[in-house]
Amino acid sequence: MTADASRGDALTSTGPGTGRAGAGLGRAGVTSVDRQSNAPVADRGLAVAAAGPLGVSGIDRREASDPRADGVGPAGPSGVAPRRRLVDRRWFRIAGGALLPLVLLVAWQLASTSGAVPVSMLPSPEMVWTAGVDLAERGLLGLYIAISTQRVFIGFAVGAALGLVVGAVVGLSKLGDILLSPTLGAIRAVPSLAWVPLLILWLKIGEESKVVLIAIGAFFPVYTIVAAALRHVDRQLLEAGRAFGLRGVRLLSVVQLPAAVPSVVSALRLALAQSWLFLVAAELIASSMGLGFLLVDSGNNGRIDRIFLAIILLAVLGKLTDAVVGLFERWAVRKWA
Amino acid sequence: MPATPTSTSAAALPVEFRGVARAFPTAAGARPVLRDVDLVVEAGEILAILGPSGCGKSTLLRIAGGLDRPTSGRVTIAGSPVADYDARSAIGFQEPRLLPWRTVAQNVALGLPRGTPRAAGRAHVARLLELVGLAEFAEHRPREISGGMAQRTSLARALARSPHVLLLDEPFGALDALTRLRMQDLLLEVHAAEPTTVLLVTHDVDEALQLADRIVVLGAEADTDATPGASIRQTVVVPGTRPRDRGSAELAELRGRLLDGLGIDRHGAARGIQSTSTIPAFPY
Repeated sequence: MTADASRGDALTSTGPGTGRAGAGLGRAGVTSVDRQSNAPVADRGLAVAAAGPLGVSGIDRREASDPRADGVGPAGPSGVAPRRRLVDRRWFRIAGGALLPLVLLVAWQLASTSGAVPVSMLPSPEMVWTAGVDLAERGLLGLYIAISTQRVFIGFAVGAALGLVVGAVVGLSKLGDILLSPTLGAIRAVPSLAWVPLLILWLKIGEESKVVLIAIGAFFPVYTIVAAALRHVDRQLLEAGRAFGLRGVRLLSVVQLPAAVPSVVSALRLALAQSWLFLVAAELIASSMGLGFLLVDSGNNGRIDRIFLAIILLAVLGKLTDAVVGLFERWAVRKWA
Repeated sequence: MPATPTSTSAAALPVEFRGVARAFPTAAGARPVLRDVDLVVEAGEILAILGPSGCGKSTLLRIAGGLDRPTSGRVTIAGSPVADYDARSAIGFQEPRLLPWRTVAQNVALGLPRGTPRAAGRAHVARLLELVGLAEFAEHRPREISGGMAQRTSLARALARSPHVLLLDEPFGALDALTRLRMQDLLLEVHAAEPTTVLLVTHDVDEALQLADRIVVLGAEADTDATPGASIRQTVVVPGTRPRDRGSAELAELRGRLLDGLGIDRHGAARGIQSTSTIPAFPY
């Protein structure tokens, strides 16, 4: 729901701007949390203020020298230079985010080495590390990670692309909505694991059945969010577009698609997370390699260290790919919202 | 700045409303908003449409621009009926309605008529931004400029269409009082530079007096048994030439009369001040 929040932000900040100038001072002290994300805005805001009086009929003098509501913030009433709070600093964010994993690691180490929990239930971090190194030396670890990542990416690409197309059809056309959305809603209600036997029967135990399952997982978030985003493009903007002679494809490309971009990107992010979930579902049931296979295989052999390894790898890979899409999302929101 | 007429500005065209009525369907049946609107707006005239909120001012304007259709009656621009989203008119909305992902200049360019050559379009946009005093903000995004600037961008976008008829729907309603006065002066400059027919919807009596050649007051009959729906209650020709003295006594008197027409008590009688009438009522 990050996406919704940021969309909301964008909407308020691009709204009619009623009495913005006055609101600026009032909001000044409160917005410190926003400030980081608005940093470029703030810079430009200062530039606006510095631009000073304009040569045009003196209309602008007051407006131009007004501190803008977004960003200029604390420099306002007191004239004190803005000081960034600790929580806005980059190193603090990174360190703060790493704190809990480190605490967990220490707790894990203590629990497993103190003998409080038997090693057969909770292997020590060192054992997990050794298991990883062992698998890597046999060339299996890299292979498993590579094959799992490949499945996720192919399935995600296929599912997201289909989701974009079908979402656009349902979101833009009333007829498409009427014809497709009940059926798609019902298909979405089918739990992921329910597809597995069918896919295995139809597509055999190959790459296809796994990729298709992942594609199903990636399809639905994209389809749902894109359809909703296109359906709910600001009516006022649409009307303005039409009033200035845009219709059909031009209206779509100039107003509707750009307006939906932030939602589309967050849909992709959600779909990627979903793809990792469906990957494990696919690999748990029938596979001979991959991280899901590692989980099942280790479970059958009682290799609890490898189970831990697989879980940690899934967490790290999922978070990494999510972070990459997250960067893309931030860029897209800044550019399109 | 000197307002230079531009070669791209289109000739002003007259607008005519004949028996225009508009009813909105509701669950409880059709709700009439406008009825029997007969009005001729001369080419090049600035006509203010005044009325209490919800009386159908915006609806009338939207009908003139082809954003809405009348239930009955007809609207013509220079004798030919208004088409859907008629290309001869351009509208400045109550809200700026700018595309947030486009720069100010790109938003203004949205108003250019289709098929404008790229270079000519860019020059026209630059000139309009100069006119509304936003040349330095051309590359800013809408969220980086103030409400007044956004509203001026919206005005420039409407002007980019080189409209024969400019429709303004309370364009300054959301601005603070001082910015609004500046915007009114700006509109007059713009009108001097690119003289088109202007229909200006407003609920601000002073704004109407300051800007308009003629003011029509829209409203429903106070009598509850009367036919529902607003119609033209009053037409006032504003004396003098623009820019008008904001403090003139003549305008003050008209102001009182218009407020009275809008059902607002100006509280003069309570202080023993009798309403004077040195100006003959229209029609003379």
